[in-house]
Amino acid sequence: MDGTGTPSIRSTCPYCGVGCGVILRPDGVGGLTVDGDPDHPANKGALCSKGLALGETLSLDDRLLAPKMHGTQTTWDHALTTVANRFSEAIAEHGPDSVAFYVSGQLLTEDYYVANKLMKGFIGSANIDTNSRLCMASTVAGHKRAFGTDTVPGTYEDLDEADMVVLVGSNLAWCHPVLYKRLAAARAARGTKVVVIDPRRTATCDIADTHLKINPGSDVALFNGLLKHLANTGTLDQSFIDAHTEGFADALTMAEADTCRATGLPASQVAPFFMQFARTEKVITIFSQGVNQSTSGTDKVNAILNCHLATGRIGKPGMGPFSVTGQPNAMGGRETGGLANMLAAHLDLENPGHRSAVQQFWEAPAVAQSPGLKAIDLFDAVHDGQIKALWIACTNPAVSLPNAGKVREVIEKCPFTVVSDVTDQTDTARLADIVLPATGWGEKDGTVTNSDRTISRQRGALPAPGQARGDWDIFAEVGRRMGWHAAFDYASPAEVFREHAALSRIAGSFGRDFDISGLADITDAEYDSLAPVRWPVTATRTGGRFFGDGKFFTPSGKGRFVAVKSRVPAATPCEQYPFRLNSGRVRDQWHTMTRTAKTPRLSRHLAEPFLQIHPSDAATLGLQPADLVRVTSPSGTAILRALITPDAAEGAPFAPMHWTGETAPAARIGPVIAAATDPVSGQPETKAATVALERFAPAWYGFAVATADLSPDCAYWARMRTDAGWRAELAGTETPDCWTSFAHALFGLDTAPATVTDPRRALTRLAFWQDDILQAALFISAEPVEVARDFVADALGTPAKGLLAARPGEDMPDPGPTVCSCMSVGRNTLIDAIHASPGAALDQICTATGAGTSCGSCRPEVADLLQKYALREAAE
Amino acid sequence: MPNLVIIGAGMAAGRLVERMSTAPGWHITLFNAEPRGTYDRIMLSPVLAGEKTYQQIITHDAAFYEDRGVTCRFGERVTSIDRTAKTVTGEEGMPVPYDKLVIATGSNPFMIPLPGHDLDGVIAYRDLDDTERMMSLDAGQKAVVIGGGLLGLEAAAGMHARGVDVTVVHLMGHLMERQLDEAAGNLLRKDLVSRGIKVLCSTNSQKVLGEDGKVRALLLDNGTELPCDLLCMAVGIRPNTALAAQAGLDMGKGILVNDQMQTSDPDILAIGECVEHNGAIFGLVAPLFDQAEVAAQTLLGQPAAFANRETATKLKVTGVNLFSAGDFAHADDREDIVFRDPKAGVYKRLVLQNDRLIGAVMYGDTADGAWFHGLIKDKTDISEMRDTVIFGPGFRGGGALDPMVAVAVSLADRNGRPTTRHNAPHQRGAPARARRAAAALKAA
Repeated sequence: MDGTGTPSIRSTCPYCGVGCGVILRPDGVGGLTVDGDPDHPANKGALCSKGLALGETLSLDDRLLAPKMHGTQTTWDHALTTVANRFSEAIAEHGPDSVAFYVSGQLLTEDYYVANKLMKGFIGSANIDTNSRLCMASTVAGHKRAFGTDTVPGTYEDLDEADMVVLVGSNLAWCHPVLYKRLAAARAARGTKVVVIDPRRTATCDIADTHLKINPGSDVALFNGLLKHLANTGTLDQSFIDAHTEGFADALTMAEADTCRATGLPASQVAPFFMQFARTEKVITIFSQGVNQSTSGTDKVNAILNCHLATGRIGKPGMGPFSVTGQPNAMGGRETGGLANMLAAHLDLENPGHRSAVQQFWEAPAVAQSPGLKAIDLFDAVHDGQIKALWIACTNPAVSLPNAGKVREVIEKCPFTVVSDVTDQTDTARLADIVLPATGWGEKDGTVTNSDRTISRQRGALPAPGQARGDWDIFAEVGRRMGWHAAFDYASPAEVFREHAALSRIAGSFGRDFDISGLADITDAEYDSLAPVRWPVTATRTGGRFFGDGKFFTPSGKGRFVAVKSRVPAATPCEQYPFRLNSGRVRDQWHTMTRTAKTPRLSRHLAEPFLQIHPSDAATLGLQPADLVRVTSPSGTAILRALITPDAAEGAPFAPMHWTGETAPAARIGPVIAAATDPVSGQPETKAATVALERFAPAWYGFAVATADLSPDCAYWARMRTDAGWRAELAGTETPDCWTSFAHALFGLDTAPATVTDPRRALTRLAFWQDDILQAALFISAEPVEVARDFVADALGTPAKGLLAARPGEDMPDPGPTVCSCMSVGRNTLIDAIHASPGAALDQICTATGAGTSCGSCRPEVADLLQKYALREAAE
Repeated sequence: MPNLVIIGAGMAAGRLVERMSTAPGWHITLFNAEPRGTYDRIMLSPVLAGEKTYQQIITHDAAFYEDRGVTCRFGERVTSIDRTAKTVTGEEGMPVPYDKLVIATGSNPFMIPLPGHDLDGVIAYRDLDDTERMMSLDAGQKAVVIGGGLLGLEAAAGMHARGVDVTVVHLMGHLMERQLDEAAGNLLRKDLVSRGIKVLCSTNSQKVLGEDGKVRALLLDNGTELPCDLLCMAVGIRPNTALAAQAGLDMGKGILVNDQMQTSDPDILAIGECVEHNGAIFGLVAPLFDQAEVAAQTLLGQPAAFANRETATKLKVTGVNLFSAGDFAHADDREDIVFRDPKAGVYKRLVLQNDRLIGAVMYGDTADGAWFHGLIKDKTDISEMRDTVIFGPGFRGGGALDPMVAVAVSLADRNGRPTTRHNAPHQRGAPARARRAAAALKAA
């Protein structure tokens, strides 16, 4: 309870791997208010736009509230028995490797633990993999090669102390905004030099002293060049190399054979970076998906780690390599062993000693003997008929996996598919035989581990809706029904956690990093009140950094250099597919938007999928801004809106990954990306597909808003929430005979609309009012539709006279497209403020408009506007 | 002192006298067949509807003219003009000499020569007498109006407002076909019917039936009988040219005048509904005032030329908002922008030619009528505001639009480079030029 008498519950944000603490206060009517937790070490009270909007994502309107079998509601009892029986039958008939789990970095540690135990210890297969494979697998593999374990050496505090931070393949500003803010604050305070290494210019570049626009996939060449430079300039920490590492000579030899030319960077850009790195002791290299999501991802990780090992800059304040994870509990999943090539507690599946110790601890019948199927292989195996029963928990592979079109077919073909999730309105759940209602964020209880090894409680503040149950509970119940009563007889997440912590004692006894045995005996009450704690947690040690003492977890106890050679991405641009497609996140959306798309505030920032493309590429293709582009790869096709900007790399356009069959079926990027994987980590290369681009010329373009959901039927559409309903971009290849009929079908209405037509320009606008309240409107044009979109979307549910003019009247200023999601500040409002106060600094503009005064994620964009419009003022 | 004689004291003449009486040195004689001064004929409908009194619509009464030294001969019809002697003779017989003569005899309502059209109770809708006749009906009595044009509908609505049971019989397919297109005409019909006025379109009359010399009913050619106590014919006007013709002036449909409003006899001018100028005859008040202004200039020896300009129409029926201006016939080189809101009963159609507005029809919401009328008269190029022109002047400076707002202007804005569709460095279909431009952009 706080002073106001409202119960306040500490939990963590369910989005990225920063792992921010939040304070939840139930509003008494099914919702929550969400604030940053000032006492949480990861964020100290700060939150990004996504975190701040969490309270708006809790609506139950698409929630799955009861189990369903083939679309019909059924009982838990029937559903669970069916699941248990189908899995047992498959195992009996085809062996343990005929079943598989595909789970998620959104699962809590306790969920992961039970699922992993069920698959690896009792079913006896290692066919459990997770969407972390798409995110972290290369880092896991790289860490293990170099350190012997998957260990993040440093802590967030290092960011406050570093003199130089190198960001490799990380758009920290959008993907980890709170860390970005922390880095920006450190930079402001102490002049931290920031280097961004990324093929495209991102929002993160706003605080970069240097932006190295390298060729996609050429990171190994760059860091090999750095290693060479360090060796040539005598910047090596020879005593650290000699005392605590092995393999340096081979690594250097290989690096010397490599060339920086692959980066496409002139020496004049590379040299200053190398020199700065060489002379800066306190240097952190943050790396993320630009490194991981590559067929040479593991090698990229090791190329980075090599440079830190060679300089001994690891595990000490203000320095070290630093992987930032994409998901809230990617780390927890790794700790429980929830990947096909791990066992549990950072123990190795291949190690017989580890296996038997775990088997003994679990009292398990048959621990898996060999690594199971990694994500891509797993779905290939489903395709080949090897997998007879598949359980997908809390993730949406029909959208998110590469070659998603095929994945969709494969899931449909699988003899038996279970999906447990908060909603059955996903592309994946639609394909399942059985869907099981799981509790979601705000309801769930358990723990997560963030990117700097801090274990935090995620706590439920709301009752489970309908019949929803925790994922740990569902997996345990199936385990019991498959005959393993005692092993899965858990009454609470606390029980699961204690077992997980107790198991980690074994890891500690093997000299491994992940040991939280200090938490193995906590009481339920202590678990409930557990404060954030960084592992390890043992009788002798809590938290801290790893490897500063030169002790590693390899058999020899030494850190390993890995000799790596740069490789180009798997697919090579050719005449037919001349472009390389980059992919990634945008600021205000998360993954496949199952949660973020519920909040209109977040949907405003980028309401449509797009292709960021360089002006010279656009010119070659004859593309104009806002045209639609067809992106074609050997595996699939997508249609995206052209966003022409010099930020994009020439020849390497960028598309966001978030849109799905629910939100923009023609704009899914998954099907375009071929399923090439890193040979070590199995992580797919999702940022380097080769594609052909052409202008997609529809017969008409449309924009629609409606208070009720809309069902578009046309070649291209993308829909998003608004405060009062939905908005959608549309385009079609055939012009309907009657737009009123089209609108009736789109909106599910049958009343007479108000219309404006300008036949010469193929312009048609229709709007429906009910009792003088705007219900729906459709704007059609032969050209990309010109509409003041936010204005029109906001007009829903109001009288909205003059709406068909598609813009506010003279007396009503249009705030413009949203820049600041938290405070709902538009671009025009900001430009007006900049014009109104010449010479104002960023802070003044922010204070005057409110933009960037909440989470601050938009401040780079505000700074851009300030620069642009203040400069323009000066030039006039 | 030169003598100016004006025949007719309608609205055009009233304006002319106003102008001439401020110029010293003229002796003006004003004949009027109606036994009264000048009143605003347009406002007869509100008088009929009981919304105004006759007193309120008088613009220039006898006192006004007498104050200005004008000799008024009201209630006296002019019987002849002697151009040789330069005199005008009225019913009282004494010729009045003129140096300059202005004929402003207006128009006569056209009476359809149906059998029985001369029965008592068959009237036109032209002057105060007709209005008073309609006003004399009691609530519950029946009236038929032949003609669904401006005047006919005002007559019908006026009588209906007095509780009279009114039926409008219209020959054409939709009401006010000279001012409205079919869509607007149908909206108007619905509106009138919903008020309780019966409207029969595409309907021909055959015969006026009478009893004791008084109208009893109208017989339609489909055999239907419409009983009535009063039959009002409002099917158009004819320039009143009898006097001028008799004087031997050149005639078309009306008295032919040049741009200075002179007839074929330069000392005789003509203004108002009796004239024909450049093939046009006139029924609306705005050009008549223009003619009066020009005639005054001509008489005063100052250069002036009349040019017919676009006129706008409003129906003066309370609660019916209707506006029409310009030309709205369909043609190959014309484009329409149409707004319809059936629920609100609003219809607007703009007719464009070469990016100029040439016609506008509005029903239900006529607030922007004057603005459209201005655009038509001024031949304003509307290509820049084509998207919003139908929504009126309130949207001209409205929020700027850009299709790129769909996809994050904030993203596109980085570096302040041009990225919007309208200022993009290249245009569709010109890839070579586009490449050059993009290269230049890069170099910059």
